[in-house]
Parts: sequence; C-alpha cells; structure tokens
Amino acid sequence: MLETALKGSKKYWLLLLVLVVLHGIGASAFLYQLKKGLTVTGMSRDVSWGIYIAQFTFLVGVAASAVMVVLPYYLHNVKEFGKITILGEFLAVAAVSMCLMFILVDLGKPMRMLNVILHPTPNSVLFWDMIVLNGYLFLNIVIGWVVLSAERKEIPPPKWIKPFIYVSIPWAVSIHTVTAFLYAGLPGRHFWLTAIMAARFLASAFAAGPALLILLCLIVRKVSKFDPGKEAIQKVSKIVLYAMIVSIFFVVLELFTAFYSQIPWHMQGFVYNFVGLHGKSNLVPWSWAFAIMAVIATLMLLVPAIRHNEKTLAVACALVFISLWIEKGVTLVITGFIPNPFETITQYVPTVPELAITVGVWATGFLVLTILYKVAVSVKEEIGA
Amino acid sequence: MERSRRRFLKILGISTLGIGTISSVDLLAMVGKGEEPAYTPEPDALVGKRWALVVDVKKLDEETTQKAIEACNRAHNIPHFEDEEEIKWIWTDEYEHVFPGQEATYLPEEIEKKPFLLLCNHCANPPCVRVCPTQATWQRADGIVMMDQHRCIGCRYCMAGCPFGARSFNWKDAMNTYWKEHEPPNPTYPVRGKGVVEKCTLCAERLAEGKIPACVEAVQDSKAIVFGDLEDPNSEVRQLLREHFAIRRKPELGTSPNVYYIV
Repeated sequence: MLETALKGSKKYWLLLLVLVVLHGIGASAFLYQLKKGLTVTGMSRDVSWGIYIAQFTFLVGVAASAVMVVLPYYLHNVKEFGKITILGEFLAVAAVSMCLMFILVDLGKPMRMLNVILHPTPNSVLFWDMIVLNGYLFLNIVIGWVVLSAERKEIPPPKWIKPFIYVSIPWAVSIHTVTAFLYAGLPGRHFWLTAIMAARFLASAFAAGPALLILLCLIVRKVSKFDPGKEAIQKVSKIVLYAMIVSIFFVVLELFTAFYSQIPWHMQGFVYNFVGLHGKSNLVPWSWAFAIMAVIATLMLLVPAIRHNEKTLAVACALVFISLWIEKGVTLVITGFIPNPFETITQYVPTVPELAITVGVWATGFLVLTILYKVAVSVKEEIGA
Repeated sequence: MERSRRRFLKILGISTLGIGTISSVDLLAMVGKGEEPAYTPEPDALVGKRWALVVDVKKLDEETTQKAIEACNRAHNIPHFEDEEEIKWIWTDEYEHVFPGQEATYLPEEIEKKPFLLLCNHCANPPCVRVCPTQATWQRADGIVMMDQHRCIGCRYCMAGCPFGARSFNWKDAMNTYWKEHEPPNPTYPVRGKGVVEKCTLCAERLAEGKIPACVEAVQDSKAIVFGDLEDPNSEVRQLLREHFAIRRKPELGTSPNVYYIV
C-alpha cells in the first residue's frame, strides 16, 4: 500500500518538500542543542519544563481523541464513522510520534533514553507513560494498516484484529490519564495538584482532537475524490461541542474551588495566568486568548445553523483547536512552575532554537500524517468509497 | 509463509495480553523491596539508620553560612553560574521563602532578615525518588537520597517532583565552560556532564571515609549545623531536638524532611 504515497500531484510533493525543509531546520537546531546542552532553551532551574513538554501533553490528547470515532463505530455501529476511523487512527499515529519526539528533544541525555527500559521503575508515572504511548502507537499502526489493507482488497478485516481494536479503546483513555498523572501527583505543584486533572485532559482532548479531524476531513474532501461524508462531520461536530462544554465546565470547577476557598496556592496559578502575579504577567494575553476563543467557539457550535454550514463549522473548529492548544500547549505546563517552591517567580520565554525544534517536530508529525493520509485516501479513491 | 506469519502475529497478540495482565499491584510491591547491596562498609565509615541535620538558625550569620556553602562548593566542584541556570547544593534564603505559608505577618526582625541555609531535605518519603523513571535517584537504607549523575537521562521529572527546589540541572557543560577558566578545587570529585540533574548527597563519599559532611565540618566550631542519626536516642541531633523547638520545611506535604531548623 505504501507505494500509493509515491504517486501524487505537484501540490502533494510541494507539501512534502515544505515539511521536509521544516524538519531539516528543526533537526539542525536539535544538533545545536545536543552540542550546547539545554542551555539553548528558555528553561531554567525554576521553570524546568517548557514548550517541548507542553506540546507533548497537548498532542497526547490529540492522539487519544481517535477513540471518539473508533468507539462509536465499533461498539455502537455508528455507520457514518466507518469511512473516517482510518483518518482518526492515522492522526493518532502521527500525534503519538510527535509526543515521542517531544520527549526525546526534552531529555538532557537522549542517548541514555533506553535506561527507562534497562532499569524499569514501576513507581514512576513516566515509566507507564512510555509503555502506554508506545503501545498506543503500535495498536494504531497495526489496526489502521490491517483494516485498510482489507478494505483495499474489498474483504472484511481479519477476525484477529478485533481484540486489538477493542483494547485500543480503553488504551486511548489510558494514555491521557497517565499523562495527567504525570502532573496531578506531585506534592508542592499546586496548580497541577487537582483530582480532576485527568478528566480535564480527556475532555479537552475530545474537543481538540475531533476538531482537528473535522478540519482534516474538509481538506481531504477538497484535495481528493474521497468524501468523508457530511453526516460523519456533523456527528463529530456534536462530539466537539459537548466535549468543549465539559472542558469549560471543568475549568469553572477549578476556578470555584480556588477562589471560593481563597487558599493562596490554589489561586496563584490562575491569578498569574489571567492578571499576573507580583507584576509578572507573560501569560496573560495567552490566557485571555484561550478563554475568549473557547467561549466564542462553544457559542458558535451551539447554533445549529453555524454547525451545519461547513465553512462556519471550520472556523469554530479552528477556534476550538487553537484555544485548547493554548491551554495545554502553552499555559498549563509552564504555570505549574509558577510561583516556584520559594514563592518567587521566574518567567519562561522559549528561545529561537527551541521554537525551531518545536516547529521541526510538528513538521515531522505532519509529514507522517500527510504520507499516511495519502495512502488512506488513495485506497479509498481506488475502491471508490 | 502465510501460516508462519499468522503464527507470529498470534504469539505477538498473546504476549501483548500477557504484559497487560501483570498486576500493577505486584509491580508496585516489587519496588522498595530492593535487597541491601552485598558489601561491607569500610571499617571507619560512619553508619547510621536515619541521617539528619539540625540547623541552629540563631548561630547562623553571613560568615558561617558562607563558610558552609564554600566548603560544599569546593568538595563537589560546584560551578558558580550566577543566572537562572545556577547549580547549588546548599544556599541561603530568607524566612518567607524558606517557609512559605508559615509566615507570621509581623516577624521579629532578626528572623525576617536572617539567612537560612537550604539544602536537600533527604526526605524519608521522597517524591523525587518516586517519580524518577530510571532509579538514578534513590534512597539508601540510612535515609540519604542519592543521585547517580551517570544514569540520569535528564528528564527533570525529579525537579518537578521536589517541593523544596533542591535539585539543579546541568543546562550547560560546566566542565567546558566554568572549570575551563578555574581550577577545580577537588580533583577526586567525578566530572559532571551536561544534561543531568544533581543535588546534595549529604557527602556520602565523605561518610564512607568516616568524615562528617563538608558543610557541617566547616562550621563545626559554631555548632550551627549538627549532623547525626535520628534513630539513635543518644545522638547529638536527638539531644538538640529534645531541648529546642525545631521546625521543618513544608511538613504538610508528607515528605517528612530530615533537616530541622531551630529558630
């Protein structure tokens, strides 16, 4: 099947070229970082995780969200999703690949990475994250490829794949739960120490991931003869809407607990985010951008006319995706380190090499995504789906 | 061909299920049970059951704190980076930053401005050890929280896990920057590489030779820092804690620090 990725229009090759160039820029920046050390980033003794780990966290959510099309199709026989499960699974593959790359570029000693396997440590949440992420990558590659191969031959998928599909459903939930546990179990990091962290992560993931999937479906329809189907897109848009409402509700729960109890360390993170703390306010514009975009997107999705019109739906989905990217991919991780354990504030701003590496990883992920989608779409066109 | 492929996939599927069913409870029980390493300490090594430090803040002044810090820096070749990437094992800060949440609004001036010495608390229940994915940081039977810079992968999870800010990361290569221009004071201390975490190890290498920690030794005359075994009722630290009211940093987090402050 992979040969289908070798034949494509000029535009397809141009897109691949752009992504390869961005990958190259990121890779060179990474070599520079390897040589100089993580000093080339904006991270510090106080803010010891930055944009890499934040991107990782956000993308775990995008990966997990594949379950939002897989579950209805395989457990509830929602037929509309039959055409797009492959798009969800291949999106998961690309997203998990990016997660693993973001972890890799964040390590101080990436060459020692396999120590995690050589000295397995079950009391570390990071150990479990390694297991669930790699397992999820494996599951989605196998399921996606096997089901698509069968589809190409126009035969039903082999029976042995069914258990893998069923396992992949709770597995998707597990990757984001374990990722939330990375943060939610640390004493002294008040902003992260919340029992609803995993629930918040899953809710925002099930909004951001499917929103991206809708945008990808619209692009696929535009550039190929394969139509993912208006009904499927409409169904996914309702998932985005409900998940977005739950996400905002969870943020409100956090705000209530913090500000009604008036306990300083419950409030500090949110104060830093939305108005600034001790005169430090780097994330204030970002936090408001998140809040405003999230509310506008939700209101748009609530109006059936806006949701049914695919042009306005695309705008709403873009707002959902960007707002939740800000929440998880910018503010959530960094604010966990503010204030530091001494109640003072060191702010964080990513550097140019750090941003180049970040863009490079995203580009590599989209390179994987483009190739996988090309294969999927070619098969769909071939069989006239 | 087809048959063997199918067989391979079957085996693969079965082994995946197998991994999934190992109960996490068993796995959790496996940790912490680690047997004692089979070695006998040197005859003159200091051995204890739960090492602790008692810092008598009344006896601390600018000069004593500097002596303690300097002794540590020399013993471990700690570079002086004066920026947000600094490396420090022992340092000073004011009461309100050392004991956030316990600040009285109107503190006696001598407490408010006093330099408090800070270092790793060698917690009895250390979160850094719990989160480390490679056991590069671990707890010894005598309570010391150790750090193996040569196993560390530099994920910095321990830095997020430590509520005391006791851990430093080698953002740059100290050997090729700072120590290129300065003479490392202790040629016996191992070279630190970039990209790994480090912290106070309570001078484990000195204890093995029967010496007390460098910071304690440096201020021995003033008795501003006292080192001893908390499990030994006759130890000097127990004596001090019996006679004075002492506090610990953030006890509410349940990490059970082993550094006490007499205020």
